[in-house]
Amino acid sequence: MTSELILFFILAIVAVASAVGMLLSRNAVYAALYLILNFATVAVFYLMLSAAFISLVQVTVYAGAIMVLFLFVIMLLGAEHTGRLSESGWMFWTPIVLGAVLAVEALYIILRQWKAIPATQAAGSDFGAPAAVGLELFQNYLLPFEVTSVLLLVAMIGAILLARSKKA
Amino acid sequence: MLIEYLPIAILLVISTGLAALIVWIGNTFGPRRPTLRKSLPYESGMNPIGPGTRRMPVRFYLVAVLFILFDIEVVFFLPWAIVFRQLGLFGLIEMFVFIFILLVGYVYAWKKGALEWE
Amino acid sequence: MDLALLLEWIIKSLVLILILLTSFAYLTFYERKALARIQVRIGPNRAGPGGWLQPVADAVKLIFKEELTPAKAYKVIFVIAPMLTLLPALIILAVVPFGSSITLFGRQVSLGITDINVGVLYIMAVASISVYGIVLAGWSSNNKYAMLGGIRSSAQMISYELALGLSIIGPILLAESMSIGEIIDAQRGIWFLFLQPVGAIIFWTATLAEVNRSPFDMPEAEQELTAGYHVEYSGMKFALFFIAEYMKMIAVSVILAALFLGGYRGPFVDQVPLLGPLYLFVKVFVLLFIMIWVRATLPRIRYDRLMAFGWKLLFPLALTNVFLTAVGIILADTYGPAFLWSIPLMSILAFLVVNYLARDRIATASAQAVSFRR
Repeated sequence: MTSELILFFILAIVAVASAVGMLLSRNAVYAALYLILNFATVAVFYLMLSAAFISLVQVTVYAGAIMVLFLFVIMLLGAEHTGRLSESGWMFWTPIVLGAVLAVEALYIILRQWKAIPATQAAGSDFGAPAAVGLELFQNYLLPFEVTSVLLLVAMIGAILLARSKKA
Repeated sequence: MLIEYLPIAILLVISTGLAALIVWIGNTFGPRRPTLRKSLPYESGMNPIGPGTRRMPVRFYLVAVLFILFDIEVVFFLPWAIVFRQLGLFGLIEMFVFIFILLVGYVYAWKKGALEWE
Repeated sequence: MDLALLLEWIIKSLVLILILLTSFAYLTFYERKALARIQVRIGPNRAGPGGWLQPVADAVKLIFKEELTPAKAYKVIFVIAPMLTLLPALIILAVVPFGSSITLFGRQVSLGITDINVGVLYIMAVASISVYGIVLAGWSSNNKYAMLGGIRSSAQMISYELALGLSIIGPILLAESMSIGEIIDAQRGIWFLFLQPVGAIIFWTATLAEVNRSPFDMPEAEQELTAGYHVEYSGMKFALFFIAEYMKMIAVSVILAALFLGGYRGPFVDQVPLLGPLYLFVKVFVLLFIMIWVRATLPRIRYDRLMAFGWKLLFPLALTNVFLTAVGIILADTYGPAFLWSIPLMSILAFLVVNYLARDRIATASAQAVSFRR
């Protein structure tokens, strides 16, 4: 158990450090690389929660697909150098306010649940196994699954429209 | 559970070591006599014109977006394939509805010329 | 966790890497020899008896080459990118068993690094990560050709990843598992190649594009991009790209053998487990020859055609194949296992229909090209 705890803290440090690194890099490509590192550590966290399927999906979709898009966009725009942000503009203050709201929310939930934390119980042996995920997804969560396709469709049409109007 | 993945971690560490070793060998044994001409970007013998990184066609962005969306679809196929025998015909119809909606987008992309490359 | 187990894992990792390095070295020799034979030449025959020391000579040459770094390159990424290209090639085979277990020094040792229950997804994840080495190499070189080559190559890889992912669904449907070991065991009776002929063809084509092999070796199109993403690399850093490319060839051959050709399975493999790696070696050897043969025969495909082929032909065909496989399994469950044979029948029919439709498209495309030239 303790070895797992040590691993958790090491990964937590890496995750936080890579997130901070992403925020502070002046070069957008480096920021994207820090974000990839962050996604990879999150994938290991999933693995530690014995959710192997989700963990590898995290790598495939987030680190493998979405970050490729990010890198493409950075490179396509030639926008590697973000330059210094002006410290009074809305681009500086909005994230700080939103971040503060998120922190307060998280604190509120943690403090409210503090007494009522359920005793941790070991997950079943097939928890997180692909077959278990499949049965759960295609029997109990059928509607969300089907609605996902509509979401993907909207994203697809939106992307095509954006790219087209630029070209015309 | 986690123990099954430890061998992969070990392999990853050793592989990283090997890659670093190869880079180190190249650095140590290769000569290093940089001149101005050698360190110019290679442009078939011409003097390089303009910056090396420039803006790229928006098509690459479109390909990347379409890839993400269909990649998510492929990922949904995996757990479906494992439990397909248990789901039976129901599973087939379920997946067909899902894919049909996405195929609308695929046909739209095709008709709008998003898959063309001139 | 005991120390012996840890030691076993370390030794197995080292052995896998050594095998990959050796087979990489001799794959280059094999390719040059086979290409030469196809082109009625002799091929390398000077270094050592019959040219067998040629890989050693190549390595020595590259070690003592000067390494250039472009003045305006992003130095750190420039060094990391080739390493990032090699890593996926080395670790992707971690989930593939090379044989059943054997008894060594009184221990039961399984021939393979590990066999996780999401093995296929692991392969897809590692394949999707392997884009980064190339895209970063192209970007960090600060060179127009390298940049364009890197972006092109990564766009090509992600486009063919879709067909690749879909073609793996067939074996999963038939084996009802994502573990490579269980997929191999499910082929005890019959190889999935016969039940999934179209799936195997799609997988093979998509992997050729995925590892940038001819006829999809666009990033290395000398005529238009000088050398693509690795134009600024020299010496051992260039060697890393080279090693990665050939190791990926070996890796995809092993994976194809595992998914469609029964992996290490063959006659008497249950009685004599040591036969397993031998069978796998023979299968991989034949698959690699087909790769070299393709390179010798087919010209490089134009980039717009390449993308159109991946998106408009391979992807819908792979999707159709998955659904036909699912329909076949339902038929087999309802009317008896003999109906499993409806899968190859239906999918080959779909393959022919798509082929026919595509023939029309290719004809119109070339007609347009002719009218454009006038």
